Amino acid sequence: MKLFTRGLTYLALSLAALLSLIPFIWLLKATLSPSDQVFSDFFKFVTPTLENYHELFTVKEPSFARSLFNSVFLACAGVMLQLFFCSLAGFALAKYEFKGKKALMAIQLLTVFIPGAVTLGPGYQLMYQLGLVNSYQGMLIGSAGNVFGIFLFRQAMLGVPDELMNAARIDGSTEFGIYWNILMPIVRPMTGAFCLLTFMGSWNSLLWPSMMLQTSDKHTLPIALANMVGIYSNKYGMLMAGTFLSVLPVIVLFLLLQKEFLSGLTSGAVKG
Amino acid sequence: MKNASVFKTQQKLAPYLFVLPFVLTFLIFSAYPYIKSLNYSLYATSGPKDAAFVGLGNFKFLLSDPDFHQAVGNTALFALASILFQLPISLGLALLLSQKWVKGVNFWRLAVFAPNLMGQVFVGVLFGVLLQPKFGLVNQGLAGISRNPAWLDYKWLGEPNLVMPALIGVSIWLYSGFNMIYFLAALQNVDQELYEAAMVDGANGWQRFRAVTLPAILPVMVFVLVTATVGSFQLYELPRTLLGGGGPDNRGLTIIMYLFNNGLLPGDLGYASAVGWTLAVMVAALAAIQLWVTGAGKRDN
Repeated sequence: MKLFTRGLTYLALSLAALLSLIPFIWLLKATLSPSDQVFSDFFKFVTPTLENYHELFTVKEPSFARSLFNSVFLACAGVMLQLFFCSLAGFALAKYEFKGKKALMAIQLLTVFIPGAVTLGPGYQLMYQLGLVNSYQGMLIGSAGNVFGIFLFRQAMLGVPDELMNAARIDGSTEFGIYWNILMPIVRPMTGAFCLLTFMGSWNSLLWPSMMLQTSDKHTLPIALANMVGIYSNKYGMLMAGTFLSVLPVIVLFLLLQKEFLSGLTSGAVKG
Repeated sequence: MKNASVFKTQQKLAPYLFVLPFVLTFLIFSAYPYIKSLNYSLYATSGPKDAAFVGLGNFKFLLSDPDFHQAVGNTALFALASILFQLPISLGLALLLSQKWVKGVNFWRLAVFAPNLMGQVFVGVLFGVLLQPKFGLVNQGLAGISRNPAWLDYKWLGEPNLVMPALIGVSIWLYSGFNMIYFLAALQNVDQELYEAAMVDGANGWQRFRAVTLPAILPVMVFVLVTATVGSFQLYELPRTLLGGGGPDNRGLTIIMYLFNNGLLPGDLGYASAVGWTLAVMVAALAAIQLWVTGAGKRDN
């Protein structure tokens, strides 16, 4: 009986893992297949070729390489900006009493519950008035006030004992020094989770970037790929190569930050 | 002495300076557009410059627009069905994985979570190919397993009645692992002594689940339910890339897609705001009902 239930458990888990992973395996195989054999039998061996990747980087409009650069730049710069803004403000909210603190927390909480789609219209108008449409600066500054990040960092920093901070003050550390030298190293696991979450958010988003980034030299990967599907609808091998290269950086980052990520993701919800 | 007073001043000012960069960007680029959109929803606009006051005209129009009705119907159906399938699958997998003797928990967890690393846009492009009739992997797989070649001809993305099942199926693939992570974390936090006590009392597996597991993971269950509902109601990118728009007979038209096509695309930012707030009210009402029914309002965080 015991053996039977254990066998059944592993069977169910294997089935779930297989269903989850097969599309990835198929994707990788498709990118390496000659373009007329993309749909060949899943189990049939094909001689690998880089022809799809070659074609992907030869197409000039939209330029995949350019979009890849834009995505990498916007995601990395966005992560750094949000990391700095959110951790610093989260620190203040966790460790200081100051005027307006309660009001600030309340306003933030309110916006979490309202879908972001509400702000698309006026947000675009604001960017237009500031002359920030179709610019990297507009994309970066617009996302810097990440409320979710503040809560994550506040939560993580609440647990750091005040004695540590007071000891540093006696040693003559400035308040910024306390943040930089003491708090940030302690919340490093949280920082890993936050970076990956923000990176994925920026990397995968389509709606707002497609409004903001209007010329193809500014397009990110989701915009470029969505356009490619329309233009090269029958070049399956090339589309799959583009999809694979668009997913690969996130997978690599995830494998590096896995442990921090999975614990950071659930910390707010489970500990309550 | 002067040094000491400078030191004291920087201590006093520090929190204000620390929140300043965030507060400024938040107020300008988040709070202001939220407030502005309330006001904007009462205007008809043409591009970012021209606006004409129409009162509640936007809301009256959208409530009587059959396209909007269809978008709400599609989105609600998607949310209901995908959650009905996702939650039991996620919880089931988490229960299997939380058994103490299971080996390789990290591997299983990673494998099932993997689809979540792929953004909806990329998932849409990939499944646009996987769901092709005749040659697509999904149809070939279904035909192979069932030994029934009729599956080969299913046009998931071209047949009006098959569009929603396709979207729901893809969302199950995409999000089951995500919810599983939450359930698994909750299950690992359940007090083991409670299980032992229940065992001593002779409770069977189902009774232990009802009496110990379920109450312990209820807060997380509510959290997952509410976030999945809120997320499902904002569906846009998946159908946009999978179907290239609303799909056949607009069966894949969602509320956000309607907002984009009827508000943002023609430049009517006011109408877009009105649709956005209507969506916000629906989502808030649903979340409130879910919290109320599950009695978790007090424990929510």
